[in-house]
Amino acid sequence: MDIVKAEDLVYEYIRRDEEGNPTDVTTALDHVDIDVRQGEFVGILGHNGSGKSTFAKHLNAILYPTEGTVYVGGMNTKDDDKLWDVRSCAGMVFQNPDNQIIGQVVEEDVGFGPENLGVPTKEIWERVEESLRAVGMLEYRKKSPNKLSGGQKQRVSIAGVLAMHPKCIVLDEPTAMLDPSGRKEVVRAIRGLNDVEKMTVILITHYMDEVVHADRIFVMDKGKVVMQGTPREVFADVPTLEKLRLDVPGPARIAWELKKKGLPLPDGILTAEELVKEIEKCR
Amino acid sequence: MIRDITIGQYYQTDSTVHRLDPRVKLLGTLLFIVALFLYKNPAGYALGLVFLLTVIKLSHVPLKFITKGLKGIMIVLVFTVLINLFLTPGTAVVSFWKLTITYEGIGVALTMLFRLTMLIMGSSIVTLTTTPNNLTDGLEKGLGFLKIFRVPVGDVAMMMSIALRFIPILMEETDRIMKAQLARGADFESGNIVKKAKALVPVLVPLFVSAFRRAGDLAMAMEARCYRGGDGRTKMKPLIYKKRDAMAYIILFSFVVISVWIGRWSVISGFFNSIYSSFIPK
Repeated sequence: MDIVKAEDLVYEYIRRDEEGNPTDVTTALDHVDIDVRQGEFVGILGHNGSGKSTFAKHLNAILYPTEGTVYVGGMNTKDDDKLWDVRSCAGMVFQNPDNQIIGQVVEEDVGFGPENLGVPTKEIWERVEESLRAVGMLEYRKKSPNKLSGGQKQRVSIAGVLAMHPKCIVLDEPTAMLDPSGRKEVVRAIRGLNDVEKMTVILITHYMDEVVHADRIFVMDKGKVVMQGTPREVFADVPTLEKLRLDVPGPARIAWELKKKGLPLPDGILTAEELVKEIEKCR
Repeated sequence: MIRDITIGQYYQTDSTVHRLDPRVKLLGTLLFIVALFLYKNPAGYALGLVFLLTVIKLSHVPLKFITKGLKGIMIVLVFTVLINLFLTPGTAVVSFWKLTITYEGIGVALTMLFRLTMLIMGSSIVTLTTTPNNLTDGLEKGLGFLKIFRVPVGDVAMMMSIALRFIPILMEETDRIMKAQLARGADFESGNIVKKAKALVPVLVPLFVSAFRRAGDLAMAMEARCYRGGDGRTKMKPLIYKKRDAMAYIILFSFVVISVWIGRWSVISGFFNSIYSSFIPK
């Protein structure tokens, strides 16, 4: 079943002058079709201004489509009566960890979502514990969020969304403000969710290496989906990715360059191990 | 440099007073303050002082911390005492130049001194023994009856706790902006007050801009996590009265009733009045 389905989605940012007449229209999403199935790990890649964050905000009914429809868990996001159901179905993690932590203690922040949903007190405690365990932050439960590192804060944010028991979790550039080690721990936590908890994950990012293990990738540019497929298919097309000013992961890039120089390597090499194995075969 | 300021001045330790329900402490402070204004004779104040010192002893907060709170209002205190001392009409004790100290003035000044000192000490015990979070919860629950008058108690409490959460973040940001401006040659140290205040404008403008941006982001994050106002929310850590809270209420009410009764009892008041008036020369 499709957990997220965007059909012919168009979104326009309209700038208005003082009288309310439109002066400038920017098309942020231009006839986008994206579907995500239950349990999938989907990566959405794109440069700044490619429309990927705008798309993310549609999944949580923070923005509504100008044209087309978005279904989340079978519900139309335009349906006002279903607003809170949509939001508890697709949990959202944002870029800046400081601006999305509400509680003054880690466990209280994780409990914030369930509190809003009216979950009974005893169950909130259970959910908080299981969510913090899932992202490996259980030992920090009594700490103040201000004392945590960026990566830890972002894992707390993920736990906060998990505690609401969403069907899928949307991460809007969760690592953009983190240092490399913070990025690694967050990506590991996200992959763990997908592997262990079978959570549907939509990861929006401009770091290609974070989505190497995704099931499918969508590449966006200027509001359009320009490439889609498995990481192998997408990363094999180095020239197009370069034209979109996206960094191809190191091993894929080396493989492509070697192939251009005449080494008989197969398409779609993604990791360093694969590359080593294939080069050894050539000898 | 700004980072060392502590807000909410919570004193972390474990004591009976710390463990009390915040509602008990809030109502207790309120009653204590009302009682302070009802006393008419020194016996009442003496009882109040004994009660206050007992609570301080029970709270395990060093007296030093509590008197520290008095420093901030020292000027107000001195001012009030002086005004009352010199401007109360009555029988003169001494007079020099245009100022006269009266017997009545001494009486009123001493009363005010005791009232204000005990008031400040009493209320600082609450903030010293309750975490800001707990305090907000206590206010939310304790003022819950205002919901009948359509006061959004839950929302206000949420605002307060978010404000508390963002104080350290905004402090850090201020520090960062100040350093950035210093690196560009800004001068915050020299000059008179007006000049110093003007130098802060380039710090405040970016601070406000970023605070608004943060507020926008936070509102979006809260909506994404299904926050829709105070109604229909459950609590992860609900406030529930325990046995010790009931005990505290009983002690509190009996103290207030007894001390106010003694503090206003005509026989005792009359006794103190006769001592007092024997000082005043006929």
